Amino acid sequence: MTGATLGTGGLKYDHAKRHRPPELNVFLALILIVAVFEVLGQILPYMNGQSFLFDTQGRFDSIFNEARLKIIILQVAIVGIIALGVTQVILTGGIDLSSGSIVGATAMIAMSFAQVAEVNGSPNTRAVFFEQGWVDLPVLVPVVIGLICGLVAGLINGLLVAYTRIPPFIATLGMMVTARGVAKWWTMGQPVSFPTDSYAAIGAGMTPVYIFAVLAALFYLVMRHTVYGKHTYAIGSNMDAARMSGINVQRHLTLVYTIAGALAAIAAIVLSSKNLTAQAGMGVMYELDAIAMAVIGGISLQGGRGSIIGTALGALIFGVILSGFTYLRLDAYYQEMAKGAIIVGAVVLDQWRQRRAAQRS
Amino acid sequence: MSDVILQTRGLTKHYGGVHALEGADFTLMKGEHVAIMGDNGAGKSTFVRQITGVEQPTRGEIHFDGARVAFKGPLDAREAGIEAVFQTLALADHLDVPDNLFLGRERTKWNWLGPFRRLDYRAMHADTIAALEKTGVKIPSIRNTIQNMSGGQRQCVAIARTATFHSKLTIMDEPTAALGVQETAQVENIIRTLKSQGEPLILISHNMRQVMDLCDRIVVFRRGRICANLRAADVTGEEVVAYITGALTQPKYAVDGVL
Ligand SMILES: Nc1ncnc2c1ncn2[C@@H]1O[C@H](COP(=O)(O)OP(=O)(O)OP(=O)(O)O)[C@@H](O)[C@H]1O
Ligand SMILES: [Mg+2]
Repeated sequence: MTGATLGTGGLKYDHAKRHRPPELNVFLALILIVAVFEVLGQILPYMNGQSFLFDTQGRFDSIFNEARLKIIILQVAIVGIIALGVTQVILTGGIDLSSGSIVGATAMIAMSFAQVAEVNGSPNTRAVFFEQGWVDLPVLVPVVIGLICGLVAGLINGLLVAYTRIPPFIATLGMMVTARGVAKWWTMGQPVSFPTDSYAAIGAGMTPVYIFAVLAALFYLVMRHTVYGKHTYAIGSNMDAARMSGINVQRHLTLVYTIAGALAAIAAIVLSSKNLTAQAGMGVMYELDAIAMAVIGGISLQGGRGSIIGTALGALIFGVILSGFTYLRLDAYYQEMAKGAIIVGAVVLDQWRQRRAAQRS
Repeated sequence: MSDVILQTRGLTKHYGGVHALEGADFTLMKGEHVAIMGDNGAGKSTFVRQITGVEQPTRGEIHFDGARVAFKGPLDAREAGIEAVFQTLALADHLDVPDNLFLGRERTKWNWLGPFRRLDYRAMHADTIAALEKTGVKIPSIRNTIQNMSGGQRQCVAIARTATFHSKLTIMDEPTAALGVQETAQVENIIRTLKSQGEPLILISHNMRQVMDLCDRIVVFRRGRICANLRAADVTGEEVVAYITGALTQPKYAVDGVL
């Protein structure tokens, strides 16, 4: 299959000159951004020649600054899990603004079923379900309840988008506000703390990264190799064609939003476990971070284009930029402003690429 | 009666106030090739969308292969054996040729996984090559996405799609509208092959020569109504044009005040 081969009908076709996969561009962007931070670190006088990427003090076995790399991936792993679901939604041509709030509501609800009976030898009377005796429950209980929360919220999103004429933007905006309300109402604004050891283990150490990696690999396979994935792309690419080809578009959209809700719930469980506490304000703005990761990773907001690999790389770029700002000791305010600019920049870039592709054909 | 493959009675479609199709009585015999002609907006594509389950008719009956049918969706119609090339082509731009050929009826493995069953890319790839070779379509690489193809190539993909699956009835809505001379000839050959295999066809076309060459019968639509049913051998092109423009109407189709 190397070199020029004949296509059907006798047209010549050079396999070696196939278009570069767009993920490669994202990967190159990642390397470029790392390089920019590295160079800035060397140039800026107040940095004292510190390195962004490399281990200059011989602290680690490898040549890399492992501490920073770990922080980067740990930082993006949890929002990355959300981004996997958001990616699928965007691929259908939709948008999900509710994931951050679903994280908040799910974290509160799941955590309240994961509390211990005793803290430092005295009864944990502040546990949400202390009176009912629902404390020290097996870890499966909060996990399953949390997943159900996410599934239900996602299902409602999906049903609204698929079966009413409400645009996804509005439907999920409604869920965003509602789920945040649920998160606050659940304990009347009180944080929920003191999880069991087994619940706390879910998000301990580097586990969030492993969970993200496994889910990313799983959904890479799902999107690339299953009917579900193909139909997701088809719907985002041309919804009428998908319908005429006999795809049950409404059922499929419902499924996609439900899966996105479930992934937000997984992120909530991991996050509350990692923080050993859940608060009603958890996950605020995560939906935008997740969308940013997808968009940076080359997922087209028009739907139909992009891949899970792109999103994973987009998540890394996102993490590198945040970490790079800290490394350059820039204020957190600048981070926020930069985030906004990056999102808009990525979308503009995507539009520009689309237009160029349209001109070529 | 058993020789009839498709029959519609009083088939009607209104889009809000637009009477796009009004009381169409249409019959197609087994093995017969019928052309549907008519001006732009006459209701030809609307007719096709009703009998392929893409839309639900406002009124009227459809009988297919000896039974009354009410397709809930395009998949129903396809499973019953109706293959269609839609005027809008119904292709997904970001997917490649095999993906499009098999969209909605993918070859799969591990079917117990339900919606997450695995795509059998290898089988679809092989079948695609075979289908394209059969139709003589020129496409440099079937791994190219549809958006990178010429209008004619897209049309070829849509036509190859119907040729891939064995059907009881093939419907083509302006299949050669964007094709070059050679490709048009190729598609006409496909149609002739269908004829020799005794497979019935509904061909929508504005090309008089093509229709006269390929079809046994011509049904003319005008303003949502059928206004003539002509044997191709009995009429001249000029007469057909007269029916299309409304200069002529067959007496049995004349409706007071409408035509
Ligand atoms: N979804 C729709 N909503 C409202 N009106 C419609 C819709 N689809 C078609 N129409 C109208 O119905 C009429 C018939 O359209 P149709 O597409 O069937 O025409 P056609 O005979 O296929 O024409 P052409 O030769 O241009 O393809 C037109 O007046 C059109 O504007
Ligand atoms: Mg038409």
